[in-house]
Amino acid sequence: MRAPWMIEPRTSLSPFLSLVPPLAAVLTTIVGGVVLLTFLGISPGAALFQLFLAPFSSAFNIGEVLLKATPLLLIAQGLAIGFRAKVWNIGAEGQLIVGAIGGSLLPIFYNDSQNPLMIGGMMLIGMLCGMGWAAIAAALRTRFNANEILVTLMLNSLALQLLYYLVGGPLRDPHGFNFPQSALFPDVAMLSLLSSAGRVNTGLLVALAVSVAAWLFVERSLIGYKLQVGGVAPEAARYAGFKESRAIWLSLLIGGAAAGLAGVFEVAGPLGQLQRVVSPGYGFAAIIVAFLGGLNAIGILFAAFFMAVIYVGGNIAQASADVPYAVISILQGMLLIGYIVARVFVDYRVVFPWSLAKVS
Amino acid sequence: MAWFTFLISGTLLAATPLLIAALGEVIVEKSGVLNLSIEGMMSVGAVVAFIVVLYSGSHWLALVAGGMAALALSVIFAFVVLLALGNQVVSGLAVGLFGIGVAGLVGKPYENMTVAPMQRIDVPLLSDIPVLGPGLFHHPLPVYLAPLLAVLLWWMLKYSKVGLVLRAVGESPESANAVGYNVVGVRFLAIIFGGFLAGVAGAFICIASSTLWADGMIAGRGWIVIALVMFAMWRVERVIIGAYLFGAASIGELLVQSAGISVPSQLMTSIPYIVTIVAVSILSMDGKRVRLNAPVSLGRVYLGTH
Repeated sequence: MRAPWMIEPRTSLSPFLSLVPPLAAVLTTIVGGVVLLTFLGISPGAALFQLFLAPFSSAFNIGEVLLKATPLLLIAQGLAIGFRAKVWNIGAEGQLIVGAIGGSLLPIFYNDSQNPLMIGGMMLIGMLCGMGWAAIAAALRTRFNANEILVTLMLNSLALQLLYYLVGGPLRDPHGFNFPQSALFPDVAMLSLLSSAGRVNTGLLVALAVSVAAWLFVERSLIGYKLQVGGVAPEAARYAGFKESRAIWLSLLIGGAAAGLAGVFEVAGPLGQLQRVVSPGYGFAAIIVAFLGGLNAIGILFAAFFMAVIYVGGNIAQASADVPYAVISILQGMLLIGYIVARVFVDYRVVFPWSLAKVS
Repeated sequence: MAWFTFLISGTLLAATPLLIAALGEVIVEKSGVLNLSIEGMMSVGAVVAFIVVLYSGSHWLALVAGGMAALALSVIFAFVVLLALGNQVVSGLAVGLFGIGVAGLVGKPYENMTVAPMQRIDVPLLSDIPVLGPGLFHHPLPVYLAPLLAVLLWWMLKYSKVGLVLRAVGESPESANAVGYNVVGVRFLAIIFGGFLAGVAGAFICIASSTLWADGMIAGRGWIVIALVMFAMWRVERVIIGAYLFGAASIGELLVQSAGISVPSQLMTSIPYIVTIVAVSILSMDGKRVRLNAPVSLGRVYLGTH
């Protein structure tokens, strides 16, 4: 049996059309979130307010949105470069954790240091650690052909166990009553706040700078172009002499560096120490952000911002109406599902046989 | 010898849900679809099974209900990847996150409550064998049904018409379509079958291996299942071996602690992940072998007839 219609990929996209999927996804999520909270016994108006408006209701809350947008933005920009090259780094969460661990070493071991260079050193070490963790996947993929989705997933779990071990033992605060957390960082190990009203810090500026760099890299550099060709047309890329292994290494190292840096920003920002929880799933949420942003540096800017609103709105709803934290995961899932479904209408068009007949 | 009994018994109990879910995932992947949402499906299965046991007292009903709940979630996944033509990796992550969230939300009022465990059956005569008996033959029935199901699926994939069609769809959807098979239909059935089994597996963890619901109790087993399928190179007979190996590795932690050896528990917990990475690397080294075994269209979007 043949379907009475055919689906074919659209060859060109107008700028207007490419805005439809993310907007539809955001709308779906807002409606879905309100419906969900209504089922939980909260009036629709209150639900809408808590999830999506309260995050803008005060300078502190806006600061929280920007604070949470920082790691999402950083990681998603790094991941998008790899995703464009069809390198599936699902391991940003692990790379973030290892980056946070690496970045914590200086302030833990030089806890009474006054050296203003410390924060710079932490960022450098954190990035290197994130890259190192991602490099395992790159090496296994290029050397042994091991699937990077699987390896990066496993490395997420491993990173978490490594963190649990370190904060429970070697890096635990000796004066901390055996709590599984490190000593508090000295002032020189902390990012400075951007505003006295909230917790948002200079990490945001770095994330914005990285976004600009990512845009330049993808749109204006030869390496970025090669990476993209490798993703879209692997045959052509091979013919042109672009090595696949280089694309894999580059993608994973860039993603790892960005996630590692995001990890440092968490411990040197809102946390102020290394502890068992350094990320509420930013590494996974950033994958959604990257796609919602159309794997485009500018799109990701908006997507990261909206995802941060979900985090803050979810927290507010949890605090004020005892809405389970799990609502955040549901909304994240909805956001991505909504995006994918809306995307099909834009990427493909339905062709009916009779319209073809008319043309011919 | 108590520890030996414990080792065998614990391995069987830990391996059963891995086996059940991995069998489902093999079928899904054989049809050419990568389903990364297993963790979410297992979570949903677990929480629904818990609630059903709590109110009905029937563990069997709970296993089925858990399976059906995950099946419902897999319908969403099927819709997204088959009709909305979503990228399978991303769609799987999205549906998985959604499922984990739904499970956390639905299970919130039941957090840390307990139910009676599923009844263990004694295999007549065999369970009286010292040491081995209580380890091997004193378990809830699904522990024995799972390997039976595996044999059945192995036969089905290898010798039956259904298995042939499934493999054809996964190897070359275009040719399968050309000879008249409905590719999307076959994949849909494979996905909901896999979803059902993932739900049953999650249900088993919640009401047979443990007896309480706690958010996040699936604890990464869904990812282990995906690793297991690749580790087994999509072959049912190797899934069986792999499931028991992973099961044994996952209880090593308890065993080492009970033996009084001081190894960081995190190291023991990490073993399955490390084994997976090493095994997948070794198995993938020979690219030809992977290409021979992996369903050719795995992960590719199928546009339908042209």
